[in-house]
Amino acid sequence: MSLADPAPKAGFRLSQLIYDTRYRSYTIQVVVLLLLVAVLIWLVNNTIANLAVRGKDINFDFLWSRAGYDIGQTLIPYTNDSTHGRALVIGLLNTLLVAVLASFFATVLGVVVGVLRLSNNWLVARLMTVYVEVFRNIPLLLWIILVFVILGETRPGPKDFKVTPEMTAAGQEPAASMWFWDTVAVTNRGTNIPRPLLEHGIGSFEILGVPINLSVIATILVLIGSVWVNRILLRKATAVQEATGTRPTTWWKSLLILVVPVVALLAAMGLHFEYPELKGFNFQGGILVFHSFTALLVALTLYSATYIAEAVRAGIQAISRGQSEAAHALGLRPGRTMSLVIMPQALRVIIPPLISQYLNITKNTTLGMAISYMDLKGTLGGITLNQTGRELECMLLMMLIYLALSLLISALMNIYNNAVRLKER
Amino acid sequence: MASPLFVRNEMLPSLPPPARESGVVKWLRENLFSSALNSVLTVLAGLAVLWLASFILPWLAHGVWNASSVAECREKVAASFGPDAAGPCWAVIRLRWNQFLFGLYPQAEYWRPTTAAALLMVSLSPVLYYGLRRAALNITVTMTVLLVLALIGLGTDWLHIAISVAIMLALAAVASVAPKRLLWLTLLFPFIAFFLIWGGPVWTAVGALAGFVIFAGVWFLAQKSVGVVVGAGIALVVASLWWTSLQGTVTGALATALPWGLPYVVSDNIGGFLLAFVIGITAISASLPIGVLLALGRRSDMPLIHSLSVGFIEFFRGVPLITVLFAANFLLLYFLPPRTNFDLILRVIIVVIIFASAYIAEVIRGGLAALPRGQYEAADALGLDYWQAQRLIIMPQALKISIPGIVSSFIGLFKDTTLVALVGLMDPLQGVTKIVRSDNAWKGIYWEPYIFVGGIFFIVCFSMSRYSMYLERKLKTDHR
Repeated sequence: MSLADPAPKAGFRLSQLIYDTRYRSYTIQVVVLLLLVAVLIWLVNNTIANLAVRGKDINFDFLWSRAGYDIGQTLIPYTNDSTHGRALVIGLLNTLLVAVLASFFATVLGVVVGVLRLSNNWLVARLMTVYVEVFRNIPLLLWIILVFVILGETRPGPKDFKVTPEMTAAGQEPAASMWFWDTVAVTNRGTNIPRPLLEHGIGSFEILGVPINLSVIATILVLIGSVWVNRILLRKATAVQEATGTRPTTWWKSLLILVVPVVALLAAMGLHFEYPELKGFNFQGGILVFHSFTALLVALTLYSATYIAEAVRAGIQAISRGQSEAAHALGLRPGRTMSLVIMPQALRVIIPPLISQYLNITKNTTLGMAISYMDLKGTLGGITLNQTGRELECMLLMMLIYLALSLLISALMNIYNNAVRLKER
Repeated sequence: MASPLFVRNEMLPSLPPPARESGVVKWLRENLFSSALNSVLTVLAGLAVLWLASFILPWLAHGVWNASSVAECREKVAASFGPDAAGPCWAVIRLRWNQFLFGLYPQAEYWRPTTAAALLMVSLSPVLYYGLRRAALNITVTMTVLLVLALIGLGTDWLHIAISVAIMLALAAVASVAPKRLLWLTLLFPFIAFFLIWGGPVWTAVGALAGFVIFAGVWFLAQKSVGVVVGAGIALVVASLWWTSLQGTVTGALATALPWGLPYVVSDNIGGFLLAFVIGITAISASLPIGVLLALGRRSDMPLIHSLSVGFIEFFRGVPLITVLFAANFLLLYFLPPRTNFDLILRVIIVVIIFASAYIAEVIRGGLAALPRGQYEAADALGLDYWQAQRLIIMPQALKISIPGIVSSFIGLFKDTTLVALVGLMDPLQGVTKIVRSDNAWKGIYWEPYIFVGGIFFIVCFSMSRYSMYLERKLKTDHR
């Protein structure tokens, strides 16, 4: 065998730009760059020309002008005299509210269903399979609309809840009654739930027109403090266990630490509830939860829970049988096998799809548009867009906000992934 | 006297297992009542099933198929099953069947989408079951029978039925002789379907097809000397020249000389499941190759290509589909030269393809990342160039790994076709059902149309997921 001929020393020829693999990639990139610049210039030119034809400009000043429309569900004060910018914030908060609640409920339901699907109980496993397959294979939009239509068209109107003296005399029941010991009324207009009120709250102050309730903050601080103290307690118990071999009983101490301070604080502030009552033709008092919110929340929860259930099932199945057998061989009881051996490993598999499911839930809240839920798509991308006619600005702003939300959630996922990654080699 | 010793010299027949360790009892004990907790769960689940069944079964049993309004339907249920009985009003599906399937498509032309659907199934057969003669033949013959029945049911004239049957029989002959040749039908199908569904002169479809033929020809010739990518670039330039400058003149001249064609159908009239399938299938078949290219671009060594792919993928995965659809509705016209306007369905399809390909790209990137490095190194050691290595070594394995992810993306994509209603197209769920429910005669009906639409979506999506399981089993090469 002879050695390969040394590379030809001839100088650079122009044809090498195409034929020589060393230079071809540069040629391709330069051509792509030129094309990209050309396309961008073309797009910008077209946009300028189109804006000129329509007599518009790119201007975000409309965010500070009067919105002039009402929004049913508002988490912070809003009237139709508020600005479009405030309507945007209302929409974003509504999006986040339904996304966070749906993520929470879907996780709870999904974990239960995922575990039950692996159960060796034939009937339960089959039932869960049917649930998962039915909800996964039918569009989410159908579930949202179906729940909304059922709530709006089958529930009785407020007048059906009325109990007149004649009816009491005749011993008749009203056509409909409230649920949960007369605290919750589901009518065809919405769900009326009790409103928590404080007798003597600590008060509140405003930042940028957003009222910050000090009582809520105090409650949250106390909760965080209790959890922190509880963690110290548990750490001490573990230290005692490691030193002596017996773990001191902690459950009642934990319970006391977690429950008593919060209850005491709430009692001191005089927590009570204002219950919805039928007055005239409608329910007064309490909080009216719109059906668009309920339907979106219920449908998103039921739909996304199936995906979470599948992720949980896949995660648990991904742990090889040898792990649980080894744990049994070490003498661990089934509960501890699950919590100390299987779960820590399964979580590594479960969490990434779980977080991308949260991402999907956030994006899917936009489907609330079909039932007029006032999320970001409904305020900024809906009424504001139609009223101001600023399609370009509204759409770009909306896409940017959703993109920022997604990137934020992905960044959290990456941080978590790096933290729990198996450190090999 | 007999010996006190007893030696058994034949085997006793084995006794049947005890009653509690065999048959139904054993199965029940193991699967339903293995522990106290399990027994409680079983009882609870059983009660739940019974409770649901006590509502659903009587309701289903009281179906009414012949009625012209909700009121009449309720009367019929009350008349035949007692005053308290409730029953579904399937009559609404029967009366609005055509609308659910075709939207506002002109009634006289129903045979066209129907034929396209039959051809679709036949052209899918070589993709789904490549080279399997029995599967191809079964599908073709079944579709022929169904097509004839459907066409007769739609009241099509005999000439069209005869032509359709002749074509289907020819395809059946191809399927029985050389099932792999059906792949040519698959390649031609987009153009046939476009011609059948939208109509117009036949030359439009032929002209578009000619562009693709030119592209393939030029690429084939050029890639030998200048490489795959540069060749594709040259071919794209030549084909674009044909599409933008020559095609209009040539097809226009042909259309005046030989005015063959079908009546034109406006896009606004296309709706119902026809629309869902047009968008879904176009997007599914186009997003896979684009997704592969994007995934390769994301793993490319060229920094510009890499960052462009990353930006593209992350942007479209980061925003909800609805916002992208609205952008297609509102914004696309800003980015095109003034006074251009093109079909909303086409805009929506392009946007859905782009959106879906970003998701497919991420799935395939996962498959590529899961391949051991040794595979890449072995391909290099064999002296394969980049595209040969991708085609022969990397992609077959990477795609096989990513099948579940790809199919679940497809299922998600098909379900997402319902969202096009929000930009004003008439999809089966929002568009058609809304029209049906706003009819005075059918006011207040909700279970029946939603069950029908949901049922069809369920059948399609469920069969897709079952097919992916079949494919995984078929392609499995490891021994376990």
